[in-house]
Amino acid sequence: MKETLENTAELLKEFEAKIDAEIKIEPRDWMPEDYRKHLIRQISQHAHSEVIGMQPEGNWISRAPSLRAKKILLAKIQDEGGHGLYLYSAAETLGVSRDQYIQWLHEGKAKYASVFNYPALNWADIGAIGWLVDGAAITNQVSLQRTSYGPYSRAMVRICKEESFHQRQGYEIMWKMMQGTEDQQRMAQDAIDRWWWPALMMFGPHDSDSPRTSNAVKWKIKRETNDRLREKFINKTIPQAELIGLKVPDSAIKIIGQDAMGENMYEHSDINWDEFWSVVNGNGPCNEQRLNHHIRAHEEGAWVRECALTYYEKSKEK
Amino acid sequence: MEAKVKYYLEIADNAFILSHRLSECSSNGPFLEEDLAGTNVALDLIGLAEPVYNEAAKLNKKGESGDDLAYRRSENNYFNCLLTEQPNSDFAFIMTRQFFMDVFNYYYFMDLANSSDKFLKAVASKSLKEVTYHLKRSSEWMIRFGGGTDVSKEKAQKAVDSLWKYTGELFTASEADLALRESNVSVDLEAVRDKWDQKISEIFYLAHLKKPENDYQMLGGKSGVHSEYMGFMLAEIQFLTNKYPEAIW
Ligand SMILES: [Fe+2]
Ligand SMILES: [Fe+2]
Ligand SMILES: [Fe+2]
Repeated sequence: MKETLENTAELLKEFEAKIDAEIKIEPRDWMPEDYRKHLIRQISQHAHSEVIGMQPEGNWISRAPSLRAKKILLAKIQDEGGHGLYLYSAAETLGVSRDQYIQWLHEGKAKYASVFNYPALNWADIGAIGWLVDGAAITNQVSLQRTSYGPYSRAMVRICKEESFHQRQGYEIMWKMMQGTEDQQRMAQDAIDRWWWPALMMFGPHDSDSPRTSNAVKWKIKRETNDRLREKFINKTIPQAELIGLKVPDSAIKIIGQDAMGENMYEHSDINWDEFWSVVNGNGPCNEQRLNHHIRAHEEGAWVRECALTYYEKSKEK
Repeated sequence: MEAKVKYYLEIADNAFILSHRLSECSSNGPFLEEDLAGTNVALDLIGLAEPVYNEAAKLNKKGESGDDLAYRRSENNYFNCLLTEQPNSDFAFIMTRQFFMDVFNYYYFMDLANSSDKFLKAVASKSLKEVTYHLKRSSEWMIRFGGGTDVSKEKAQKAVDSLWKYTGELFTASEADLALRESNVSVDLEAVRDKWDQKISEIFYLAHLKKPENDYQMLGGKSGVHSEYMGFMLAEIQFLTNKYPEAIW
């Protein structure tokens, strides 16, 4: 017993030395159980978010208003599913199968980004989602490219390349709508009114209320705090909104100075945290719908997966 | 409408409407890889339709755009085959519909790549690579269904029995098509039918599936007479262009 304890202390020291030296932790390396647990939770939640995130945008595929718009939306949704695949693969390196991750999702033991529990109600929502939701995701994911777990970091590098396209395409939709008819402008403003706060909520609670942040920062899983990332996003996004004539739905917005790069910094209202926790805890407009959809598709596909597996087994025997 | 425009629309509508049906399957696939593969085919097909609509709009000289043709015609001016508009039920049905169409597209575009019409020739040659991949995927699934479980085999046979009646239309030439035969713009559909039939027999043999005995065939789509499902599909496709005709998207 004593020996193992000493051994663990030795391994932990080695692990921490690697973290300090910015050497990536790889699947075969020893890692503290809490580190593994944190990653299992975070990477699978990220993977589920990519996949569940296909649903709100999917709500407009059949009504996409032009050939180009439909192609871009289909390709975007396909990218998100691809991100889900990279991330499930990264998560599987931690010794848990995709089937198990999906089962945890269905049992409510695993979460996905709460933002996808909001509905996509008009075509401009497709713009707002790309611009704001993907925009917030990138802000977070850019910093995650430097995360300490190798497979997660590499998945983030691939994903970030595609995410910036998504954000530009989303912004382009908003820009077009604002150039368009009064109806289109109304739809665009309606979309930002509904997506602004959920996008800000994506960065999570204030760091002071976020119990897991400290370990995650110490182990360099997380490279920047929730609040810092949220400020970055706000500072970057407000000028983009103003440029095309959209109003951010927060009357407290005002410039409070410039950062080192000379970019404006803004004061803003605090998030409605009651709403945040309510949606996280299952009471958002679409929580039930999203999860039920995923469960239904998975159950309807059971015979197909079984067919593929059976066929594969049979052809091995031959 | 000029024969050539009509013929172009038959090609574009087949691709556009089938792509739409496939796009409805997004987030409904049996597993993630297959969900994305389906979206991929939907993307290839809309990518095939788009230039053909654009070219048809140019030929038609009415000042319309390709988008106008895709989004603003009335139902009886869509000329896709009935097969492409059949609604998604289960994965076996979706894949069987795809398989019938992929075999058709494969041989059809192979011949169309020799068309005297430079535009169609180019479209066909470009599409062949994608269509070859589509056919590989759907025929592998047919074989998997047949050789998988009892359930999968039964579902595939049921889909075959139900969709068979829509396959004859693929080879039934429209007036526009016939009018373009002599100038070698259009393709001899009887020749395509023979190759289609041969390929179906071959895959069915490997998949232990049977051709239905009832060979009754439904026609209509190519002349603009569609199933009840078509109107609902167009209601969604055209929702925004109908409600906001002035808007540019
Ligand atoms: Fe994302
Ligand atoms: Fe993504
Ligand atoms: Fe994205």
